[in-house]
Amino acid sequence: MSPLIRNMLISSIALAIFAIVGTALVATTYDMTAERIKENHRATLLNGLHVLVPSDQHDNDLFSDVIEVMDKDLLGSNKAVRIYRARKEDKPVAAIINSIAPDGYSGRIELLVAIRADGTIQGVRIVKHKETPGLGDAIDHRHSNWADAFITRSLSNPDKKGWAVKRDGGIFDQFTGATISPRAVVKATYKTLLYFDKHHKEIFTKPSMAIEE
Amino acid sequence: MSYKSIIQDGMWSNNAALVQILGLCPLLAVTNTVVNSLGLGLATMLTLVASNGAVSLIRQWVRPEIRIPVFVLIIASVVTIIELAMNAWFHELYLILGIFIPLIVTNCSILARAESFASKNSFLPSVADGFFMGLGFAFVLLAMGAMREAIGFGTLFSQANLMFGESAHALKITLFDNYRGYLLAILPPGAFLGLGFIIAAKNVIDNRQKQRVKQTVLEPAESIA
Repeated sequence: MSPLIRNMLISSIALAIFAIVGTALVATTYDMTAERIKENHRATLLNGLHVLVPSDQHDNDLFSDVIEVMDKDLLGSNKAVRIYRARKEDKPVAAIINSIAPDGYSGRIELLVAIRADGTIQGVRIVKHKETPGLGDAIDHRHSNWADAFITRSLSNPDKKGWAVKRDGGIFDQFTGATISPRAVVKATYKTLLYFDKHHKEIFTKPSMAIEE
Repeated sequence: MSYKSIIQDGMWSNNAALVQILGLCPLLAVTNTVVNSLGLGLATMLTLVASNGAVSLIRQWVRPEIRIPVFVLIIASVVTIIELAMNAWFHELYLILGIFIPLIVTNCSILARAESFASKNSFLPSVADGFFMGLGFAFVLLAMGAMREAIGFGTLFSQANLMFGESAHALKITLFDNYRGYLLAILPPGAFLGLGFIIAAKNVIDNRQKQRVKQTVLEPAESIA
């Protein structure tokens, strides 16, 4: 075997060994952490749901009383959207709809819209977004309580014209230097209400489904 | 390589951000508030220490011709393991720092330290180098964050509650009441301007230092004359 080929062989075997060891380490870590990470995500999501519908308002397991629906036009996504249902003594209390505002300033904004059984909003939270830090991200409740303006609103309060930011003639505040993010959220919240209105019955009666994480 | 020169290199004379001008991508992207800067700074320090340590441990077995792919492999594994471990055991912290971890992959100063320091030195000095390089980088991040937040929002330490819990709301300092905000500082051009000013300030300090050294060398000569 010529020294050149011998050298190449040793180098490539060494590189392969490093690749195998590195992959094995990552795989082991993944294996050790997968279960905990899943639990953590579940707990975080459940916390988020409980912020909108506190645990004294319902007695079912929010996390497993869930359905998946699809409505590209009203829920903003061509993928299935989850609806978590809160009940007390088997009576519907509220539905938390995980809808999407597709037209944020930098992409999709993921919302949780909690709607009481009577069609009024219990709360809105932005759970995932990439809006400009310091400007559009004020829609996020961790940055400002702008989203509280939706509380107790419904399809008739305000009327259709009022469901817009002030610059567009509506009643909701925009931010200095950022109109697009709040506009997207107002629009998506309104559409989510429309969806709730349209499917009011089946949202609470559809049997819940097993969700694969 | 003495520890004193490791500290001096990392913090000042060979600072990753100001002298090597490495890691600009995360540096410019997230330094618009002090709290963001602190998050990225901590995540970078952790990665630098871990990757430098790992590289120095295996340095005897790496042939020169395959060292770069091996280092890249190690850094990628280290970053992934840190991300998974944080997600599992420090989930609260992960929710805050998690977004910064993928950004670290874009920080070439980590590969640069593996190549220029950890591959030639033993474990402890390499870990120290990682720590102080990271610390020096973190200080520049903090300076940038403070500058941009003060000019852009008129505050300091806003949203510290995301990192230190609800009681940290009190940490927020409002510098100017009713400040309207200055968008330029927050947007990317403000990051370039800010970094430029910080580098210029460092150069001014370095030049003054040099002149002072010159004078002290010259003075005795003059007194003899």
